[in-house]
Amino acid sequence: MGLAFVGPYVVLMLAFGIIPAVYAVALAFSRADGGFAGLDNFVRVITDFRFLPAVQHVAVYLVLWLVMLTVLVVVLALVLHAVTTRWVSRALRLLYYLPGALAGASAVLLWLFVLNPDAGPAGPLLKAMGFETFAQTIQPGNLSLVFAVIAFWTGAGQWVIVMYGALNNIPTEVMEAARIDGANPVQIALRIQLPLLRKWIAYMAVLALAAGTQLFVEPTLLSQASTGVVPNDYSVNQLAYQYAFNLSDFNGAAAIAVLLLVVSVALSAVFVLRGGLFDTEEP
Amino acid sequence: MTLTRSARRRLVPVSLVLVGLALAACASPAGRTSEQAGPRGFTEAEQVAGSPITVWVDASRVTAVDAFTAANPDVKVQVETYDGSANGSDSFKTKISLLDRAGSGWPDVVFSTQNNDAAWASVGAGGQQPFAAVLNKGLVKDDLLSGFTKGSLDPCTVDGAVYCLRNDLAQDVLWYDRSLMDQFGYKLPTTWEEYTELGERVAREHPGYITGAAGDPFTPEIFFWPSKCGASGVVGPRAMTVNTTSPQCQRAAQLVDRGVQGGWMTDLSVFSPEFVQKYTGKVLMMPGPAWFAGAIFNNEASLNVPAGRIGAAAPLPWAGEEPATGNVGGGTWFVSSHSKNLDAATRFVDFVTTADDYQVAKAPGYPAYAPAADKWIAGQERSGYYATDLSALTVAAPQVWSGWGAPAFSQEAVWARTMQPLITSRQPLEQALGTWGQAIVDQAKVNGYTVQ
Repeated sequence: MGLAFVGPYVVLMLAFGIIPAVYAVALAFSRADGGFAGLDNFVRVITDFRFLPAVQHVAVYLVLWLVMLTVLVVVLALVLHAVTTRWVSRALRLLYYLPGALAGASAVLLWLFVLNPDAGPAGPLLKAMGFETFAQTIQPGNLSLVFAVIAFWTGAGQWVIVMYGALNNIPTEVMEAARIDGANPVQIALRIQLPLLRKWIAYMAVLALAAGTQLFVEPTLLSQASTGVVPNDYSVNQLAYQYAFNLSDFNGAAAIAVLLLVVSVALSAVFVLRGGLFDTEEP
Repeated sequence: MTLTRSARRRLVPVSLVLVGLALAACASPAGRTSEQAGPRGFTEAEQVAGSPITVWVDASRVTAVDAFTAANPDVKVQVETYDGSANGSDSFKTKISLLDRAGSGWPDVVFSTQNNDAAWASVGAGGQQPFAAVLNKGLVKDDLLSGFTKGSLDPCTVDGAVYCLRNDLAQDVLWYDRSLMDQFGYKLPTTWEEYTELGERVAREHPGYITGAAGDPFTPEIFFWPSKCGASGVVGPRAMTVNTTSPQCQRAAQLVDRGVQGGWMTDLSVFSPEFVQKYTGKVLMMPGPAWFAGAIFNNEASLNVPAGRIGAAAPLPWAGEEPATGNVGGGTWFVSSHSKNLDAATRFVDFVTTADDYQVAKAPGYPAYAPAADKWIAGQERSGYYATDLSALTVAAPQVWSGWGAPAFSQEAVWARTMQPLITSRQPLEQALGTWGQAIVDQAKVNGYTVQ
């Protein structure tokens, strides 16, 4: 019976996860004509002049996004949980969730307007910050932050709801005991709620990291909208795409994909171990 | 996720097929050589008479397809619109690369807004033969080929073989608003030096008016190419020369720097809503390609300048030099070497590049096919829109400086990422010429060029 439940997932994971990954590893160590290439493909992509900037872009973006996501999502969830008026709480949950209902590409298209000081609702704010035109808003130095904000806007709401659910799972006796002991809301948050949320936060960080290292849709659309000022090889994944479909170098593309896989698995491992995600004993 | 029993059963064969595909892809053959070429210069697919042809065009060229189907109702044409590879998006190359990988599904005819596609389409990739069919070895008749304006097929020609037909020329001229010039009492400049002086005078006397635009990725093709800046020398199928620090490049950089910093050149893209909002009625002069007329001046969605005001002057020389000009795109038509109906595909490209029904009656740009160009000019002049005759375009057509070639990558994309942000943030280009050159060299090398 257990097999029947796991079976479909295993099949899908093999078809769309494991087999492509094995294929990528095989490609990464092969030459275009099929022979064994050793580390040639890796050397070629790492010495490419576009590789280090792309890594740097994604790294800065990840740091900004993960910090923003963790801090703000937890704070928002705690605030939401503290709201006791029913309709306010419901309205807020819907509001947080709404942006996430827009699929990736359409959310970015929406942001093309938001980032335009002449067209978007945030125009006065952007102008106050010294951005007069769309081209100025998306200057290279601002991009990591811009992408982090877009990702936060589209992705954070769902996590606020998830965290809210997790907070509801904390037994009321524990909370009550803390209150009777004289803890104020801040102390409850820091001493009771946060430690009990640790697994959830780690879970969020792992999934956000996996999505973040694959940054692709946002810079690709922004590249087209900015007629190339945002380069089409801004992120590591985009560079892999350029290798595959512009230079017809699928082996180089696979090498980048494998590097990306290794790095994100390593980083995920850190979160999983530090976050105690796989600990099975009851708290 | 929950799946029904039957869905699960279906997934097993699907995954087996995927494994099979993965293995098949592992064993892709090595690139084919031209030794197997057929009588017309390439290996032809088995022909199926009367089969429909698939045509990729950008939105503006749908009228070309309509004109063809109206005149040739017997040919079945399937149209697919895409971005035309505009602004260095390279989508033509990307899509073909994917189809090369798949080994099927190629379109029969493709329109590209760029000039740099023959450089890659003439070379096989991913184990497939070159995408572009050779046109000058039997497919397109010689007398038709010889009708194209001199030099216009250069971007299509690799090692003597012609791989595409040029749709339109995009030679730069000096567009100007004659009514405004008269009103302000200005005389047309005759050299780039006079142009600079006049620009600075405009900034002093009529601030808010502009005499040029430097906010698009094709800025180097308007200011650096006519200055004979050697940023894009293509000397062989995979060999380039790049020199971006020559005096010719420096004077062009100084010109743009002075213009943008002096406020008499805009740093906005001429296609941006901000440009239209800010400069409608305020463009005094604008050096730029032939298609500026239809795309910017005589376009309701853009500046929408009323009839009788816009004139065209011949390209400006630098003082003491022969006039030279640049070129901003000008579309190209490709026939696929994989086409199952080469006859219909060839008829299609012949028609859209030369027939009066399209090139004279409907085309927005200056036709590359010389007989059509003369009639097109006459038609434009008859329209009564222009304040001058359009002889400047005819003068400019053969003046395009031949030292700026079309490599397999987009020069516009390199400019957009390295130099455009400097213009936007008002930093001088002159100090960044070396960086620009290095970016071109880097891009050339990853595309397999040797740079001398």
